[in-house]
Amino acid sequence: MTVLTPYRSAVAPTRPPGFWSLLLAEWTKLRTVRGFLIALLLTVLLPVGFTLLGRSQCSIGSAAPGQPSQTFACPAAPVGPDGEGVDDNLYFVHQALPANGSITAEVTGLTGKYNSPAGNRVRVGQQAPLAPGTQAWSKAGIMIKASTKQGSAYAAMLVTGANGTRMQWDYTGDKAGLGGNVSASSPRWLRLVRSGSTVTGYDSLNGVTWTEVGSYQVHGLPASGTVQVGLFAASPSHTTITNSIGSSVGSQGPALATGAFTNVAASGTSGAASWTGTEIGSGTGPAIPGGPSPNGPASVFDGSYQQAGPAAFTVSGSGEVGPDVPGAPDGIGASVQVALSGMFVALIVVIILGALFVAAEYRRGMIRVTLAAAPSRWKVLAAKSAVLGAVTFVAGLVAVGVTLPLGLRMLRSGGNPIDAISALTEIRMVVGTALLLAVAAVLALAIGAMTRRSMLAIVTVIVFIFIPYILVNVANLLPGVTQDWLLRVLPVAAFSVQQPYPAYHQVAAPYTASNGYYPLAPWAGLGVLALWAVVALVAAGWLLRRRDA
Amino acid sequence: VSAMAPAAASPATSAASGPAASTARMLLALHAEWTKFRTLPGTFWLLAATAVLTCALGGAVSAAFRCTPGYCSPAGTGADPAKLALSGLYLGQVLAACVGVLVVGGEYGSGMIRVTLAAVPRRLQVLAAKSCVVLAAAGAAALLGVAGSLVAGRLLLPGRGLSAANGYVPLSLGNGTDLRAFSCAVLYLVLIALMSAGITAAVRNSGAAIGIVLGLLFLFPIVTAVIPDHTLARHLNQASPMMAGSYAQATVGVAGLPLTPWQGMGVVALWAAGALVLGGLVLRLRDA
Repeated sequence: MTVLTPYRSAVAPTRPPGFWSLLLAEWTKLRTVRGFLIALLLTVLLPVGFTLLGRSQCSIGSAAPGQPSQTFACPAAPVGPDGEGVDDNLYFVHQALPANGSITAEVTGLTGKYNSPAGNRVRVGQQAPLAPGTQAWSKAGIMIKASTKQGSAYAAMLVTGANGTRMQWDYTGDKAGLGGNVSASSPRWLRLVRSGSTVTGYDSLNGVTWTEVGSYQVHGLPASGTVQVGLFAASPSHTTITNSIGSSVGSQGPALATGAFTNVAASGTSGAASWTGTEIGSGTGPAIPGGPSPNGPASVFDGSYQQAGPAAFTVSGSGEVGPDVPGAPDGIGASVQVALSGMFVALIVVIILGALFVAAEYRRGMIRVTLAAAPSRWKVLAAKSAVLGAVTFVAGLVAVGVTLPLGLRMLRSGGNPIDAISALTEIRMVVGTALLLAVAAVLALAIGAMTRRSMLAIVTVIVFIFIPYILVNVANLLPGVTQDWLLRVLPVAAFSVQQPYPAYHQVAAPYTASNGYYPLAPWAGLGVLALWAVVALVAAGWLLRRRDA
Repeated sequence: VSAMAPAAASPATSAASGPAASTARMLLALHAEWTKFRTLPGTFWLLAATAVLTCALGGAVSAAFRCTPGYCSPAGTGADPAKLALSGLYLGQVLAACVGVLVVGGEYGSGMIRVTLAAVPRRLQVLAAKSCVVLAAAGAAALLGVAGSLVAGRLLLPGRGLSAANGYVPLSLGNGTDLRAFSCAVLYLVLIALMSAGITAAVRNSGAAIGIVLGLLFLFPIVTAVIPDHTLARHLNQASPMMAGSYAQATVGVAGLPLTPWQGMGVVALWAAGALVLGGLVLRLRDA
């Protein structure tokens, strides 16, 4: 009987190629296909062309009843002590505080009235009857402010229409004190103490037992030198945000708040007789250089004060004091999103590139050669994803790194009031958007490896990203709650890396994606997209291993 | 036997001339295109998906609608019931575009186009036959999807606050504006499918074609929503196939739109015609 020995090749078996050789192989496949290079070039060049869309002059029209309309340049938001855009409209009754000192006041009432255009149908030329009532963030209280210039540093203790007693400082700072609304039977005692540039706020229900609300180093408040101390009132516009469709503003109109003060006592000031009333800003809305006052020559929304005795005042004021929120009823800053709109064309191109990068191998039969050369299919998929991700990231970084600063510059040169974006935020927007492009390309690659058909993969990924985006930002069909959920769980969540300004709880505004605000934190949103890509890659790898090529 | 008949008849008919012979050639080309289309593995599923997903998304958006208490009147919500019911078109248009791309682009992928052009040398006739197939297939799917959306909207929206008690008229084809909106929706899907067929004939690659079509559909509205120059945005909206099409589906605030409904439909028709002319030129002038 003969024993049959199976044939063994005399050539020593070579080790399968290492991961570096796979990366090199995939890179070679990418750079030698003309169509892929064209796609990469388009990724960089097309978005730059889109920045030209931002070239538009900003102007606002004004048409007083019976007068021809005029247009004025758009005003910019005042700049706060930390360089950010702010709103600074209030009525301030103040006196000079040359060194350290304090102010104490008892607030016995906060009332208000507002103009609600939706509630009152008014004929042209007629004054709408005002509705009584305060806004949730109507404010009255005491303030220490560096000067009466718009945008100067401040710290304040204040009562609000519906958010209790607060300490607020330097526009963005906000800390809650006592809860509940103020009234004559339930007054609030407020106190601010200045020590250099540090201001400490206290509140009390009876003027005897005091609670410290907070103590803050106020940026921009001089450590030594004169500041202004006094009473103020302000009220953001009346707004109703309805959630039927998006978070749209149902109605809005200017509002006035009136605070009643007694037991006003300032220490460290020159004397009790020298109170001055100053309208900081123009009350409601931004002041238009060369334009008429938004309220007309003498408006019911102009601020004022009355002194009923040495220590009793009523102060009325209108306008918002706080961070400027683009998209808010009192917001001044313009949207920056047009500077990023070119990214969408790049997104379509990288999705096509990602899908074709694997699907074209199936079309041409190249995949068999690839898998024969590198039998570990997981490694092939990993190498493909790594090369595609790296290349699209670099292309995206170049594209967005050029288009975002260029687009912002174009918008600003056209007079569009763009609030300052910090350098860190701008870097996050650029790097995050480049990562978004890279991860979307990898997602398309994974879907392409699953479907093995380029068209099916391209349609799936584009639909998956663009249809929710359009439903949320353009179509305006979904209620706000549904929009928020789409923006939390679907790949569109990743657009949160492009959020230019933070949302502030102390400013009532429609914080929607179409205004540039997202429910998830920037990197968390990108993580959602990355999670989708990882799940798709795992599914693709499993199918690639299991299926015959 | 029936499969053999066209092949046997073709040499005789292509040699003959005159209007009768030309009609016969067109019918043969149509028959061939229809056979190729119906025997593709994905055809049925694509058409079914177009119909089902159109009314599914329309139904989902209608079901998600909530009116804020106190703001449920037509002026308060600003909602357009017909447009809400037709929101499935955002997805339906993509699938209709796939129908157009598939009919033309599939042949370039497989090399089948050379056989087709050898069998029917008149290239514009090939494109015409393909367009007819796209028209019939996309039209049937669109009709089903839009009819389903109408039913879903009619059933769901009154329960979501858009009821007669709040001042809304139920969706009905007996209502002139609703009839216009829903018939324009069918027409829109068909025109988008034809536009896609034309663009695919021009670029001759399914992947690139669908990318271009979806770019044309989606980029305009995304850009015009954020552009600060309102005059430019208005003009771009007038030129955009998707926005022009959406104006044709409006039943509320029609007077304030950049285009009247039929002007909007005309813009979409121009895009479809332009794409088909471009595709025809490329098909005619270039080597396949």
